Amino acid sequence: MKTNIQEIKDLSIGFKSQKGRQISILRNITTNIRKGETVGIVGESGSGKSTLALAMMGYIKQGLFTTGGECLFKSQNLLSLNNKELEDIRGRKIAMIPQNAGQALTPNLKIGYQIEEALRLHTDYSKAEREQKISELLNQVRLPSPKIMALRYPHELSGGQQQRVAVAMALAGNPELLLLDEPTTGLDVTTQAHVLELLKDIAKDTGTSMVYVSHDLGAIAQVCNRVIVMYAGEIVLEGPVRNILKEPIHPYTYGLLKSIPKLSLAGLPDSMPGSQPQPGNIENGCSFYDRCNFSNEKCKTQVPELEYLSEMDTSVRCFNHSEFISKTSEQKTKNHSQKEIMIDEILDLKDVSISYAKQGIIDQFLNKVTDTNPTVKDINININKGETIALVGESGSGKSTILKSIAGLLKIKDGHIKFDKKKLLSGDLKKRNSEDLRSIQLIFQNPDESLNPNHTVEQILSQPLKLYFGLTGSKLKESIAELLEKVRLGAFYMSRYPRQLSGGEKQRIAVARAFAARPDIILCDEVTSALDVSVQAAVLDLLHKLKEELGTTYVFVSHDLAVVKAISDRVAVLYQGRLCEIGPSKDVYQFPSHPYTEVLIGAVLEPDPDIKPKLVAEDIVEEKPPEIGCSFQGRCPRIIGDKCKNETPPWQIGDNGNAIRCHIGIEELKIQQS
Amino acid sequence: MFFLIFKRFVLGLITLFIVSLITFIGVEILPGDACTSYLEREAFGEALAACIKRLGLDVPAYERYLSWAFNVIQGDFGYSLSGQMQINEVLGPRIKNSLVLASAAIIIGIPLALILGIITALWRDKMPDIIISTVAIFSMTIPEFISATLLILIVAIWLEWLPGIVIVPTDVTFFELLPNIILPVIAIAMIMTAHMARMVRSSVIQVMASDYIQMAILKGVPYWKMVFKHVLPNALLPAINVVALTIAWLLGGVVVTEVVFNYPGLGRLVIESISNRDLPVVQALGIILASIYVSINFIADLLTLMLNPRLKTLQTRK
Repeated sequence: MKTNIQEIKDLSIGFKSQKGRQISILRNITTNIRKGETVGIVGESGSGKSTLALAMMGYIKQGLFTTGGECLFKSQNLLSLNNKELEDIRGRKIAMIPQNAGQALTPNLKIGYQIEEALRLHTDYSKAEREQKISELLNQVRLPSPKIMALRYPHELSGGQQQRVAVAMALAGNPELLLLDEPTTGLDVTTQAHVLELLKDIAKDTGTSMVYVSHDLGAIAQVCNRVIVMYAGEIVLEGPVRNILKEPIHPYTYGLLKSIPKLSLAGLPDSMPGSQPQPGNIENGCSFYDRCNFSNEKCKTQVPELEYLSEMDTSVRCFNHSEFISKTSEQKTKNHSQKEIMIDEILDLKDVSISYAKQGIIDQFLNKVTDTNPTVKDINININKGETIALVGESGSGKSTILKSIAGLLKIKDGHIKFDKKKLLSGDLKKRNSEDLRSIQLIFQNPDESLNPNHTVEQILSQPLKLYFGLTGSKLKESIAELLEKVRLGAFYMSRYPRQLSGGEKQRIAVARAFAARPDIILCDEVTSALDVSVQAAVLDLLHKLKEELGTTYVFVSHDLAVVKAISDRVAVLYQGRLCEIGPSKDVYQFPSHPYTEVLIGAVLEPDPDIKPKLVAEDIVEEKPPEIGCSFQGRCPRIIGDKCKNETPPWQIGDNGNAIRCHIGIEELKIQQS
Repeated sequence: MFFLIFKRFVLGLITLFIVSLITFIGVEILPGDACTSYLEREAFGEALAACIKRLGLDVPAYERYLSWAFNVIQGDFGYSLSGQMQINEVLGPRIKNSLVLASAAIIIGIPLALILGIITALWRDKMPDIIISTVAIFSMTIPEFISATLLILIVAIWLEWLPGIVIVPTDVTFFELLPNIILPVIAIAMIMTAHMARMVRSSVIQVMASDYIQMAILKGVPYWKMVFKHVLPNALLPAINVVALTIAWLLGGVVVTEVVFNYPGLGRLVIESISNRDLPVVQALGIILASIYVSINFIADLLTLMLNPRLKTLQTRK
């Protein structure tokens, strides 16, 4: 048995509510981190996982306080140390890699300085040695040309590079324990896979213990030996990664795993009903009682203890875990019926180009187009009535740009967008008539920002109803109640403000608002990215049901290939504003495919420690699409030379009916990718 | 970056041009003209004709504007009506006096505001913050004519330490002026410091709550080092523009304070020339005050551009 590097004993952290009541965020956490192992802490937002990670560094956020227990690092209680003593431990013994490196690096200091600061504080190197070490560290995290990198300011780096700098900074003090707080959330899929690979290598090379906090079971599966699952401030399940992810014996973990869309599964994932209780709202009994399908009377009144099962080396907080295992085997995933889509075109994007470049005054006057290399170029997509088409790609792929121009928020430079076979949509929102505006609605990524915080749900939903249908009085109220019913919310939600709703409920209101206009097309911009997985599954399910009921067409933008696979009929893969591949979603995910699609699929992380991502391309960030040739030439692992650099690749039809834009022949691709 | 500076500069010039037009037109559309309003009841017959002739009011307005603007560019504002002297001679000592008052207030007020703002932010909701913030709110809310009058009552009348009002000729030397400005400076600094300290406080608090400060703490950076290296440069950047506006406000003449203390600065000149209906002087003051605001804001923009790495690298690395 390895020795423990950190022991957490009966730790509780809470805050005082405005009424003076003491509310717990963490409740009686007891666990150990062993030397050299990587432990994952999983949970949805609000489960207390970040608070726990920060407590492991002796850091309690302002407004919170410890209500009991201790955090022992090498038998020293971090929570009773003074600032001076903590400064000696932080960065030197225990280091943190933050969630959003872009915000966690001080904006006015060059990154070389920020790394040097850590070295100066925690090592005895001389100035020259420190210089040397900075280069070594930047090299170790695989950043190109470290000497130049060190002179840059944080904002001059891409998200992936910033995250690597944060890793380098954490490694500078040569810590024995690394805490990672959602280190890859917010990064593109390929970047995420590369950063995880790097972290794994570091763990192997240095023998550092790691605590990996994440909501993403896919990432956890890749790097962790052991997993702790948290729910409402408690540990509900803890054990070796394979046991937890392959045979979860706690109903919450089981449901969580079921709600993750996977590439290997067809159809929508199962959703879990309800949402996590807010701190302070936890009644007697099991905190998961409300959402559990396997609960009984005992669960309602008694709090289950964390029970250690030696045969599985797993601890579980559930009365019924033994019966639960047998019950779950009967369940199977439901399949969403893929209806045959009638060829009935509703939206036609023809040779669309969009440019963000500002025209000079003189060019504007002469109506001259100066930008020869627009952000989005040559987009040809036909969208049929009732289908769900997904636009997929990493950040900078132009997927949201295209969505905005369909909505009329961005002018297109060339080409046209035709609606319902006859009508050209004006690029200028002001020139669209009310009917055009009604028929195309948009749902945004973040409901916190897209719902007016000073309006009640009733006000929010009444606006489109008044605007497009002139409803008033009792008719209006009826329609609102009907809409709320449609998105599975009761009529009593009408008087609530957005802040009184959970994340999933807010997004449901945003969905209801879009449907209020009875649109033909709904544009969904990363609508589930800001949501927890269990909530995401519920929203996807809702969107799917509404579509079946009303026959709406969705244009669905997402960076998440698994989500796209679950919801869409057809997929268009974009890179740098150029189409790479388009086809039925069941085929795009099969080979042969465009090399970029291959890279994307390879980087998807499945919540299964035995499925490893395939990293085929470097995660370089390109600022601009190349002027000529294939858009993917800069990163393509299968590049065949000058042809790719000089000629725009032709469209080819693969045997599954998907169109691929590549110089490499279909047969050749098939051989290379098999 | 150079282009950005150039653009700001040109915009400043355009602003000044528009201000000059507005002041000119404003004076033009007043009922009557400079002569009738100045001569008042004597505005008839020969006196009026002579005045019109002397000011050249008999030529069309656009011609007068052009010749006035041309002279202004060369630094000549023409003649004042009341003193019958060159406006430059009237303005010179007033500008100097206002500069003295403003510099004194700036030298005392700004560092004090920064220090108090930082202290209140770092000891947020603790004793130092509560005391300083309460005092600051008081000095912010008491209007300057009341605080100035109280200062005169206490320091000048009861204690007899300093002169209560300034009764020196407009063109005294700096050292003769010095004891006279102490009370006005205190009155101005009270308000100015309080405002800026509150601004700095909220800016520092905002930065202290940011992710990168939490990261610096978790990196083991000692407290004061963190404050000076990680917090202050980022917190004080937005303060530059507020400081600039305050300076411009000071230079443009703190009208009320100058009147209460009878201080011969630009602010009092504004009041005097308006009540004397000395329109050429009003016009000149308009353009001068606008130039002060424009140039100080321009300098503030330059500073922000130089100190903010985000803006600094924006143009050069693209």
